[in-house]
Formats: sequence, C-alpha cells, structure tokens
Amino acid sequence: MLKITNLNYSVLEKDSKKDILKDINIEFNSGKTYCITGPNGSGKSTLVKIIIGILRQTDGNIVFDGKDISNLEIDQRANLGISFAFQKPVTFKGLKVRDLLDIASGKKNDFSSVCSYLSEVGLCAKDYINRYIDDNLSGGELKRIEIAMALARKCKLNIFDEPEAGIDLWSFDNLTELFSNLKDCCNIIVSHQRKILEMADCIVLLKDGVIEKVGTLSELEPYLQKPTCARLAR
Amino acid sequence: MNDIEKRLLEKLTGLHKMPSGAFNIRKNGTPLARESEKDIEIIPKKKKSGIDIIIKDGVQNKSVHIPVIITVGGLDDLVYNDFYIGENCNVLIVAGCGIHNNTCKTSMHNGIHSFKVGKNSFVKYVEKHVGEGNGSGGKVLNPVTRVTLSEGASMEIETLQLEGVTSTVRKTFAKLYDNAKLKINENILTTLDQTARTDFKVDLLGKNSSVEVVSHSVAKDNSYQIFKSNLVGKNECFGHVECDGIITDNARIVSIPMIDAIDSNASLVHEAAIGKIAGDELVKLMTLGLSKEEAENKIIEGFLIG
Repeated sequence: MLKITNLNYSVLEKDSKKDILKDINIEFNSGKTYCITGPNGSGKSTLVKIIIGILRQTDGNIVFDGKDISNLEIDQRANLGISFAFQKPVTFKGLKVRDLLDIASGKKNDFSSVCSYLSEVGLCAKDYINRYIDDNLSGGELKRIEIAMALARKCKLNIFDEPEAGIDLWSFDNLTELFSNLKDCCNIIVSHQRKILEMADCIVLLKDGVIEKVGTLSELEPYLQKPTCARLAR
Repeated sequence: MNDIEKRLLEKLTGLHKMPSGAFNIRKNGTPLARESEKDIEIIPKKKKSGIDIIIKDGVQNKSVHIPVIITVGGLDDLVYNDFYIGENCNVLIVAGCGIHNNTCKTSMHNGIHSFKVGKNSFVKYVEKHVGEGNGSGGKVLNPVTRVTLSEGASMEIETLQLEGVTSTVRKTFAKLYDNAKLKINENILTTLDQTARTDFKVDLLGKNSSVEVVSHSVAKDNSYQIFKSNLVGKNECFGHVECDGIITDNARIVSIPMIDAIDSNASLVHEAAIGKIAGDELVKLMTLGLSKEEAENKIIEGFLIG
C-alpha cells in the first residue's frame, strides 16, 4: 500500500547540514495498524509529515497504491486516499465543525451524518455542529474533532500524529477501541503510549532519524526498555 | 422588476419577492414601492430625498426593509432615511444598496441613515452592499450611519460588502446613554483596485454603556482598505474594537485605532491583526482534499460570512 524507499530528510542549521531522517526503507500494508514510536526528536512526526506532503524529502521515493507520490502536493495525496490528523489541531476564524466535516467527507452532511461522525469520538452533535473551530474549544475537544475529521474522510490510509495528546475526559480505552475498529485500511499512529503499542500489529522504532527495529511489541520489548526509551515501556 | 433587479433585491434582502411587513424600495433615485403598517409608518420627506420611519412603542418581532437598487450609470443618489424607534421595541431593519452598472459612467449612492432608539428597545440592523456589471464605470457606495441609543437600548449592526464595489467610505457615529449596548460586525472584501475606508466614532456617554466593534477585512489584488476607530469613554463603560485583516497579493490594510478614556472608570480595548492567511489553516484544509485556491476561498468565506 505505502512503500518508502531510500528516504532522507535534512535541514540546514547554522550553515551546516543536519540529517533528520536517514535512509528510511519501509512498507506499510493494508489491513494493518502500525505504531511509529521512539524518543522525542527521533523523527516520527517528520516522517508522517513527509508522507502527507507537508514536508518534502531531500531524496528518496514514496509510492502509494502503486503510484509515485513523492512530488505530489498535499491535496493531491489527500485525494488519493490519505488522511492525516494533526498532533496539534489547527483553529480557524469563522469555520464551524459542520464546515470542516463537510469538507472532510466531500459532501453536505445532514444532522444524522454529523452525529455519526462526532459520536465516534464521544461528542454530541447538537452541542458541537455549529461551534466554531477556535480557541473557545478545549484542547481535548479540538483533538477529538480532529480525529472525527480524519475518520470522516474514509481513506485507505489513515495517519494519526500522537492522537492521545490532549485527550481529556474521553477515556483512553475509547480511543484505542476506535483504532481497533478501523479495518480494511492501513493505519499509522505516531505514539508513545503503551496501549497503542499493544493494539498495533506492527511497531516501527525510530531513533536518531533511523529505523532501529520493526516488529511486534514482544519482538521490540527489549529495545523499548533501553534507557533512552524507558518512558515508552511505562 | 426585471431579472437584474430581482437578483439585486435577493442579494440585499435574501427575498425573492416583495418583503412582508413595512418596506420601501428605491430604484435609480426614485421610490419604486412602499408599504407602511399599522404601527410602523414610512413617510416620504418633503424637503429632501428620503423617508422617515416611525416605529411605535412596544412593537415586537417586526421587520422593515429599505433596499436601494441602481441599474443605470451616471447616477449620483443621495438619500436621508431617519428611523424613530419607540420604547420597548424589538425590530429587524434590513437595508443596503446594490449597483448593477454596465456603463462607463460611475454610479454612486450616498445613504445617510439615522437611528434614534427608544428606551429598552432592541434593533438589529443588517446592511449589505453589492456591486456588479461589466461597465468600466465605478460603483460607489458611501453610507453614513448615526445612532443614538437611549437608556437600556441595544443595537446590533451587521454590514457586509463583498466584491464589486469600486470605492466606499463608510462612516458610523454613535452615542450611547446609560446601560445602552452597541455591537457592530463589519465584513468587507475588496479586490482589483478597489478602496474601502471605514470610520467609527462611538461616544460612550452613559454609565454601564458598552460597545463591541468587530471588523473582518479581506483585501486582494491591489486593493486598499483603511479602518479607523475612535472610542471615547465619558463614563463607567466598556468598549472593545477588533480589526482582523487578511491580505493577499499586493493589497494593503491600514488600521488606525484611537481609544480615549476620559472617565477613569472607562475600560477600552483595541486589538488589530493584519496578515496573510495562516499557513497552517491552508495546510489543514489541503490535507482534507482542497486545492490551495479552494482552501484560501473557504478560509476567506468563513472569515467574512462565518
């Protein structure tokens, strides 16, 4: 479904080149849930932002469903069937929850459709449908709406960047259950959380911009318990 | 009315037919249709162009529509509309002007509106401005709004000017007495070489009077907008002015705030932010499948219309 080959990403920092991602080679398959994990600064968010097109790789290739998307724009990738939920949801001046769900689903939704999208993330449509997506919503509410938008797109590939960050009253179990129910598609979740690691079919451990290990949780357990990754094992 | 006139009327009032209730429709500088009601009287002025609108005490949940339509070039229209709103009323007033100009001569409408709002009354005033037509002649709209809010009166003013108006100078003056409240939402879009100038002067005279002005401006291409506000607090009062502007291309928006707390118990705030569309907003909408242009339009639409 998604194949990344020889991918590198570097930036200029004080006139010298800094390598953020180094020689990434990996394949993500349909019907599986992957968790990209690793210490802070290991390049997890950078990798998913390159997949969605927000950042552009220095070199290397990304092939999605047999099509080279390495040089496509963000919207072109989105329209091929890639959804992305931001770690820090974006707020707007003047756009409502209903507007964003309409854009995400590609249709004008009636109340019951909006209700079904929002109830998946534990929100009541009548309380939120006409709310503006701005700072009057709490971080937790914004985060849940962000996830609802990603799901409303019904994509072949769903990418969630630290979906648990900021989730407040809504229990963590609901979030993991939601991801468990996403069948027939490929899910990539950037996370530190043990419960998400446990529900993933495959874990990708990034460290210092390099894929250190790929495998099941039991296979990666010894690596996650290394001092640098101690907090992952909690 | 022909199709152009009907379309302009719909853009201004949202109606496909003659409004219900009291109304006065002005076309090309002369009255087209007028209707009074038992407790809302519309009387033409004798010495100058315009009307007096007299709303009796206690009128509840009624509306008055006074749209102006111009479909010719070379017209310089000046009209005085004076509203006298009684006590304890709750009314909606819909005004605005639409110019369809297919000629090379400029058409202009200068609407001078005054509102004297009685004690404890609430007025919602909606004013839309529209310019269209293929002629090189200008479509110029210069409204002046003078508001006096008596004790306990409140008023909400919503103004919307979308593309097509080549030049506008909008002036609003208000005097607020004890416990009066004024809320103004202004939304303006300019494109090409259009210009828009807005001047607000609000005198907060009464104790516990308050005003909130929110201006959302979008300037595209080579257009130019200037927003000037002046709040004067002469009593224990509250005033807040917010000017948010989005600029694209070579456009320019200037915001000039002035707040003057003459009374030491006055609390006055001004906020202004002008800049391009936030990059993260564009990126978010593009991840939902919109092209960059579609995302820009959606953000601007939400920003102006909400």
